[in-house]
Amino acid sequence: MEFSKEIIANYNNWVTIFLMVSGLYIVVARGNMVKKLVGLSLFQTSVYLLYLSPGKILGGTPPIIAEGFTVYSNPLPHVLMLTAIVVGVATLSLGLALTVRINEEFGTIEEDEIFAKGDDQ
Amino acid sequence: MNAGIISNLPALQVVIPLLGALVCALLRRGSAAWFLTMIICLIMPVISITLLLTVLDSGPISYSMGGWAPPFGIEYKVDVFNAFILVLVSSIGAVVLPYARLSVASEVKAEDRPWFYAMFLLCLTGLLGITITGDAFNAFVFLEISSLSTYVLIAMGRDRRALLAAYQYLILGSIGATFYIIGVGIIYTLTGTLNFADLAARIPEIEQTRSILAAAAFIIVGISLKFALFPLHVWLPNAYAYAPSTVSAFLASTATKVALYLLIRFLFSIFGIEVVTDKLALTDILIILSLAAMLGASTVAIFQHDVKRLFAYSSVAQIGYITLGIALANQAGLTGSLVHIFNHAVMKGALFLAIGAVVYRIGSAEIDDFSGLGKKMPITMGCLLIGGLGLIGVPGTAGFISKWYLAVGAIDAGYLWLVFLLVLSSLLALIYVGRIVEVVWFRDPGPNLDGVREAPLSLLLPTVLMAAATIYFGIETSQSVGIAAQAVETLLGLAK
Repeated sequence: MEFSKEIIANYNNWVTIFLMVSGLYIVVARGNMVKKLVGLSLFQTSVYLLYLSPGKILGGTPPIIAEGFTVYSNPLPHVLMLTAIVVGVATLSLGLALTVRINEEFGTIEEDEIFAKGDDQ
Repeated sequence: MNAGIISNLPALQVVIPLLGALVCALLRRGSAAWFLTMIICLIMPVISITLLLTVLDSGPISYSMGGWAPPFGIEYKVDVFNAFILVLVSSIGAVVLPYARLSVASEVKAEDRPWFYAMFLLCLTGLLGITITGDAFNAFVFLEISSLSTYVLIAMGRDRRALLAAYQYLILGSIGATFYIIGVGIIYTLTGTLNFADLAARIPEIEQTRSILAAAAFIIVGISLKFALFPLHVWLPNAYAYAPSTVSAFLASTATKVALYLLIRFLFSIFGIEVVTDKLALTDILIILSLAAMLGASTVAIFQHDVKRLFAYSSVAQIGYITLGIALANQAGLTGSLVHIFNHAVMKGALFLAIGAVVYRIGSAEIDDFSGLGKKMPITMGCLLIGGLGLIGVPGTAGFISKWYLAVGAIDAGYLWLVFLLVLSSLLALIYVGRIVEVVWFRDPGPNLDGVREAPLSLLLPTVLMAAATIYFGIETSQSVGIAAQAVETLLGLAK
């Protein structure tokens, strides 16, 4: 009982860890360059949750000073994650642009097919 | 200079190249973009040297970005340690850029050249930003600015394999940066602050928790990916081998060094080295990985056919020396690390600039095409030889000084056997440098070298300057070792 309570109380962390690990797994396990980028994106997205969920305070309002409200959520994680989202978008788009160029040059985006051509070394 | 400019120098150090990158992106002509970049790259060392002199004279500078007082606003904090790295990065930028004009013109397509300089300036912004900032999240943003621009710079290489190298680096680099940001997120949840000094003050209260160790582990692994610690180095050889020559020289001298700076900052100024070494067995892990790098990567370097790849593997080995000094964590060892950060930047700069000059003349970096080149390009090959002697650690070159301090550090820590392995790794360096020397000086020029002349002056001067610096800092050590020793005193003082 205690154990399942523990799991349910921290469910946000479980979701974060699940996304994190599955993203990282896709990056490692897939040879398709677009799928790898999807995995990478998932991995980066899990970090948003890692930052945002502790920032929310139950019953807290947005941090605007007003009569009658004394409990506020922490706004800083949101601001940080806006920056991280921008970084994530830039990484994903640069990665996709590189994949397009690789496809033009090598005619494939499967890593094992490119390495099979033997000129990766 | 007037007082307004002086008091805003820490911000200008980062803002000037950032704005310069924007302007470069708008320019249509490569030569105009080069000229603007050149001016900025000449201003940067002036700022960083002024900062260093101010810090040496009157103690650390704290600059509140946008007038928001730390720990709430972003603080730029300059002390002896990061001023030293700032001077290194900005000076390498200034030396490499005169070289860039011809080298880039021969390796990068005309329409891409303004973009090249825009990316170069962004990369410089990122590297200087990581070094100067006193805020953990701000460091992440700069880390990504420098990394993203680096991926683009590598992808601009002539060979189509440059694209693969850039993609591979993008995947691994992003994983590294994400690990770092996960670690920072955990610390932020624990302490509620991102300011380095504030973190250092609050971590002792929570150093018994397991979460702080998880955060430390994430941060250490993330940064290690960025500076290519031994098993995490797979992106580096391809990236250096296929990037345009200017980029190889610049990255080899600066990018990994700035990531190492960040690691030292976290280990010594923020976590406190005792916390990390007691519970994470970091000393043992780092010593083993450093040795694996020093011996393993040097051995792999011996068997490379491409000279750029050879020296890229040698970079992995040399990073092993630096992490070894970090693992020893005593006065001499850490001084050795810091001096080697500086000396290795100078030596590898000389080597990659010399190789770039060869690529400019003969269009290849294959070792077989180098045969007899000593007769055709004596000055360039002389610089290559001096850089190589530095890597071996011959007395009278910069490499000897840092290895000497590392050896003293190893003896102080009671690891006498480490000294023998240091010498063994130098012998491996002797083999791979010796192989190039044999090909270059003792073989007759092949038919591919008909009509090859010495490199043009604008390529030659930066190369000679770096080679001269390799010798200068091997003989006159008061600046490099003096400042590094002073930085180590503050680092170890804070660690208590």
